[in-house]
Amino acid sequence: MTRELKFYGTPLPGVEHEPHNGKLIVIEGTDGVGRSTHTALLRGWLEARGHAVIDTGMTRSVLAGRGLKEAKTGTTLGRLTMQLYYATDFADRLENEMLPALRAGFVVLTDRYIYSAIARAIVRGIDARWIREIYGVALVPDLILYLRAAHAEELVSRVIASGRKLDYWESGMDLNLGEDFYDSFVKYQTRLLKEFDKMAGEYGFRVVDASRPIRRVAADLRRAVARVIEADETEKETAVGA
Amino acid sequence: MIPYGKHRFPGKLFVVEGTDGSGKSTQLALLYQWLKAEGHPVFFSEWNSSPLVKDTTRRAKKRHLFTPTTFSLLHATDFADRTERDIIPPLKAGAIVLADRYIYTAFARDVARGCDRAWVRGLYRFAVKPTVAFFFRAPLDVAIDRIVSGRPELKYYEAGLDMDWTDDAEDSFKIFQGRILEEYDRMVGEFGLTVIDATGSIQRQQREMRRIVMEHLNAKETDA
Repeated sequence: MTRELKFYGTPLPGVEHEPHNGKLIVIEGTDGVGRSTHTALLRGWLEARGHAVIDTGMTRSVLAGRGLKEAKTGTTLGRLTMQLYYATDFADRLENEMLPALRAGFVVLTDRYIYSAIARAIVRGIDARWIREIYGVALVPDLILYLRAAHAEELVSRVIASGRKLDYWESGMDLNLGEDFYDSFVKYQTRLLKEFDKMAGEYGFRVVDASRPIRRVAADLRRAVARVIEADETEKETAVGA
Repeated sequence: MIPYGKHRFPGKLFVVEGTDGSGKSTQLALLYQWLKAEGHPVFFSEWNSSPLVKDTTRRAKKRHLFTPTTFSLLHATDFADRTERDIIPPLKAGAIVLADRYIYTAFARDVARGCDRAWVRGLYRFAVKPTVAFFFRAPLDVAIDRIVSGRPELKYYEAGLDMDWTDDAEDSFKIFQGRILEEYDRMVGEFGLTVIDATGSIQRQQREMRRIVMEHLNAKETDA
């Protein structure tokens, strides 16, 4: 089934609204919840089933990825500037990676989407309406998989168990929430979890309990993805048969 | 985030706007010298000057990476950095800030490139409302003559060549500048821009500018 481009708010200018038959699938969740692991698993599974897949994620844009990463290593990145840098990175990937791939009939897997950006902005005291309007240029995805952790403590243990050090921004150190990275991480991620929960209903997240073993979570994700993709394939066959 | 029009700072913010070649930078430089000579603390802030964004912009222009949306967003990023760092702190400290190009430049250019008018205005909602925004208005043919005769070659984005209106840089530039001027004219009433006739002599324009600035420096109340 081909579909029209559907935007959350003000559509992207200069984009032809021709229908496409790709699929936009979002994997959302806080830091340390296993998004990259599951994105990789889903990609392999989809490709094995013959689907062409591209994956993308924050700070990977050709236009702004490098500049944004550099800005994050310094000490002068202000709150508004950071949100807009992320929005630039997002728009570049949307227009130059996601849209062309959707038009070519790919499955686009994106590790995070606008919801992370909105949650991070809101916990930094940024006006919610402002940031949402900016991200109005985003396409409404076909499926939003939200990997949900119940508690931030669970996330921090995972990050540490994986041998990674806690990152300055992932720990919300710019917000002065706690004495050290651990305390700050827990408080910051708790706030993010709250924002994600608030968005779940509004945006129609498919909530997946990420506290379970990887295998179980992956099975749930595959089932949800299969439903979105196979719904189309059945329709296509029916259409050909008729 | 304090929205446009709601900031209450003791300092004053004066901005100059206008199409390329309208002479606004010359006027602002003269104003700067005068204010400094009068003993005021004055800061100067230019369009496209954020150290966090500069390299990204330069590279994107060189490699033609922009779409109208990313052009708009990256310029807003640059402006946000200037606002957070160069504009708000001096205004809070009671100083005078002079800005060469401000949000109205983005409104004019981005809309001329096809971005949604309301979306672009919303994007810049965090901006401080200027004490006075001078719009140096030159008729289209005058502005175009000044630029085309003063430069060996028009730049890609400056000429609006990314829009594919035409392959000819000079023709494209004319179309683009025409649209920009239309947007500026529309903003005069919307944002209360102070129009200065940019065809008048440099001295005359400067006299008018100083008179208006003086009025605001003498006024006790501030709404910048």
